[in-house]
Amino acid sequence: MTTDVQSNNSRVEQFLTFQLADEAYGVEILKVQEIRGWEVVRVIPNTPDFVKGVLNLRGSVVPIIDLRERFSLERCEYSPKTVVIVLCVEHGPNQFVMGIVADAVSDVLDINLADIKKAPNFGSKIDTRYMRGMHVYKKKMIMLLDVDKLLNPDEVDGIDSLV
Amino acid sequence: MSIDMSQFHQVFFEECFEGLEAMESGLLTLDMGAIDSEIINTIFRGAHSIKGGSGTFGFTIVADYTHIMETLLDEMRDGRRQVTQPAVDVLLGSVDCLREMLTAIQNERVVDDVSVAKHKTALEIVLNGGSMEKESVSPVEPEWASVDAVVNIAPDIIEEKSVELAEQGWKIAFCPYLDLLKTGNDPVRLFRELNQLGELTTIANIQDVPGFYEIDPEECNISWDLKVSGDISEDEIREIFNWVEGDCEMDIQSLAKVVKPAPVIKKVDPEPSPVSTPNNPVQKLVEVKPKVVAEAKKADAQDSVNETAKTTVKASSIRVDTDKIDTLINMVGEVVITQSMLGLVGENFTMDKVGQLKRGLAQLERHTRDLQQSVMNIRMLPISFVFSRFPRLVHDISNKLDKKIVLKLVGENTEVDKAVVELINDPLVHLIRNSLDHGIEMPADRVAAGKSETGTIELKAYHRGGHIVIEIIDDGRGLDKDKFLAKAVEKGLIEENNLLTEKQIFELIFMPGFSTAEQLTDISGRGVGMDVVRRNIQSLGGNIEIISELGKGTTIAIHLPLTLAILDGQSVAVGDETYIVPLMSIIESINITERMLNKVAGKGETFRLRNEYLPVIRMRGIFNVHSGNPTKPKEGVLVVVEGQGELCCLLVDELLGQQQVVIKSLEANYRRVEGVSGATILGDGSVALILDVPGLVRFSIR
Repeated sequence: MTTDVQSNNSRVEQFLTFQLADEAYGVEILKVQEIRGWEVVRVIPNTPDFVKGVLNLRGSVVPIIDLRERFSLERCEYSPKTVVIVLCVEHGPNQFVMGIVADAVSDVLDINLADIKKAPNFGSKIDTRYMRGMHVYKKKMIMLLDVDKLLNPDEVDGIDSLV
Repeated sequence: MSIDMSQFHQVFFEECFEGLEAMESGLLTLDMGAIDSEIINTIFRGAHSIKGGSGTFGFTIVADYTHIMETLLDEMRDGRRQVTQPAVDVLLGSVDCLREMLTAIQNERVVDDVSVAKHKTALEIVLNGGSMEKESVSPVEPEWASVDAVVNIAPDIIEEKSVELAEQGWKIAFCPYLDLLKTGNDPVRLFRELNQLGELTTIANIQDVPGFYEIDPEECNISWDLKVSGDISEDEIREIFNWVEGDCEMDIQSLAKVVKPAPVIKKVDPEPSPVSTPNNPVQKLVEVKPKVVAEAKKADAQDSVNETAKTTVKASSIRVDTDKIDTLINMVGEVVITQSMLGLVGENFTMDKVGQLKRGLAQLERHTRDLQQSVMNIRMLPISFVFSRFPRLVHDISNKLDKKIVLKLVGENTEVDKAVVELINDPLVHLIRNSLDHGIEMPADRVAAGKSETGTIELKAYHRGGHIVIEIIDDGRGLDKDKFLAKAVEKGLIEENNLLTEKQIFELIFMPGFSTAEQLTDISGRGVGMDVVRRNIQSLGGNIEIISELGKGTTIAIHLPLTLAILDGQSVAVGDETYIVPLMSIIESINITERMLNKVAGKGETFRLRNEYLPVIRMRGIFNVHSGNPTKPKEGVLVVVEGQGELCCLLVDELLGQQQVVIKSLEANYRRVEGVSGATILGDGSVALILDVPGLVRFSIR
């Protein structure tokens, strides 16, 4: 692994990691616009459950998505520690601002792109389309998410909900 | 001294497009009988400014092209040349071509040389008297308009020229009109004469000759590429063609300057026209500049004369009336004064100043509202921004369909929000095409129906309440109710014995897949239908209705909100949620008791309002709200709303208050949600959803 780091084409990117039900996830830090505490959102009727609602972010209306519910993890009560990570998502030529609810943010890691392992193929049972890859940090597995694919408005529509 | 010219490009393009608009509308208003020299002047000025500007910015291809137009217009202006319909049509084509060129340059695309060359040739032919009236009006030798202009594109042409100078002679693209033979002219005779001048080679293009059975022996379907070599003057050649001048299109080029036989598509020559002197572009720039300044001044003067600067291009910038800005500045001044007065009150505040404080706050509120209004006003544009392009559309299509149609524009100065202006264009185009194609009958049919030969389409805009109404009125054949019904039954859209009101029948036209046109034409009848038109208009928060009388004509009325940014709303509570109902759509609100609701067939609930049964929508149910106490109807409030002419009742928990809300789009970061037209931010910073009443009504019917 050390040889990889020294290799010429190795690039380092920063990732923001956060906790979801004891699992560690990461998103590219360049996509992160801000991190804020959880506050009550306005429910949008007739949308999938994981779309918690919309929030007023300095004048623009931003949808908030609960990743626990998105990933069919066990739901949990929102606490003062619950955070909302506001992300800037690119979808074609358009940019969208969306928030995801996470249990807690943990760290910003410098990850060498060469150290990102491709997500294993689980067959059709688990969808790995939204994964950019995996990274092992201090013997813990971090799942790196591809924000643009995970949060694009078509996916969030719920038309194509998880298997 | 080097200035970054690209910073002015945007302004240049905008001015060009404005100039083109002015030229176009000028050309369309030109009346063949009585030429108004002022109109010609306006058109000329447009062309001249574009030429000057594009020269300055180094868009030689545009400058060269405009130069030819300008020469032609100049002659028309001086009365040296008669204004003929074909010439005007060619000029209109040129306006289109210029617009394409400019758009291409603006978007940094490659300019379509072939189409440019095509239009250019057409222009040159007109300029050289190709389609002029019988007697050649211009005593002046038709000058080579393009000579000094076409330095452009390929510098290598100039080089090659010197190599090929040895060959002397002329290349003639000769394309007779179909009825050349009927005028007693025989091309063979012409060729014989040419042959006497020098050695003649002829190449006949026969690709336009129809199949054997369709051939009309009296029509001339062949065009020729001729080459005469020898020391001949252009005049001698022109003399030979003198008799056929009005009956053909032709292009004479000196062989000495022509680079290899260009791939000739009929008479179209994609190669640039000859170059007499390889003149220096820099010199040309210098020469053009002073003109630009003078022209700019003129243009300014012109602007103040007819203030409506017309553009239909989606401009990212808008021009604002200075009056509006002045009002705004005044208003801001007032606000500042009020603010400093309040500051003074607050400095040493004692209870006896409460009255003063209240007065100050009231004033501030008033000023803020005024300020808001005048800022909104800046976004308001006259509807003529949309209307101005329709004369051209009607002109072109009616020519194509051989119909006689006049377009009347009424209320062009009615103002409407910029966003509405941008979005209303496509639906209007569609509706006008429909009227042109299906509405107005052929002249003969009109006469047979006892109407005047010329059909009228009236485009009318006016304000009514908080809405702008746009009406498209034609005096055509009207809509046939029975045909509609039959068609709807045939398509399975309605049951056979359904009794529908007239209005409902006309509504059928908005159903997807509904078209009564027996035959598709390339103007309308396929592709996007009326359902798309209606959807577009609904997405703007408007509605559309049709009134029609068979044989008399059709009126289509579009109602649109004046602005898309602000709305008067009534906030209502449903559980813990707050929704905004647009005040415009509320008819009344009623406190109800459970007994007043009736179940129909055990499911749908209705409410009897003055002998009318209205469907009831429980907001709690339709929006899946679970918080708070479930609404017992006896505690609830029924809000009677109207959407698309249908009445229905929304059952909510409580009415909260009325306020003006700023509309925020949900789609900006998410997507469209059924039953919700947008969101807004309340005084406490939380988000509230704005209900889409027509959407809810549709939702409830389903």
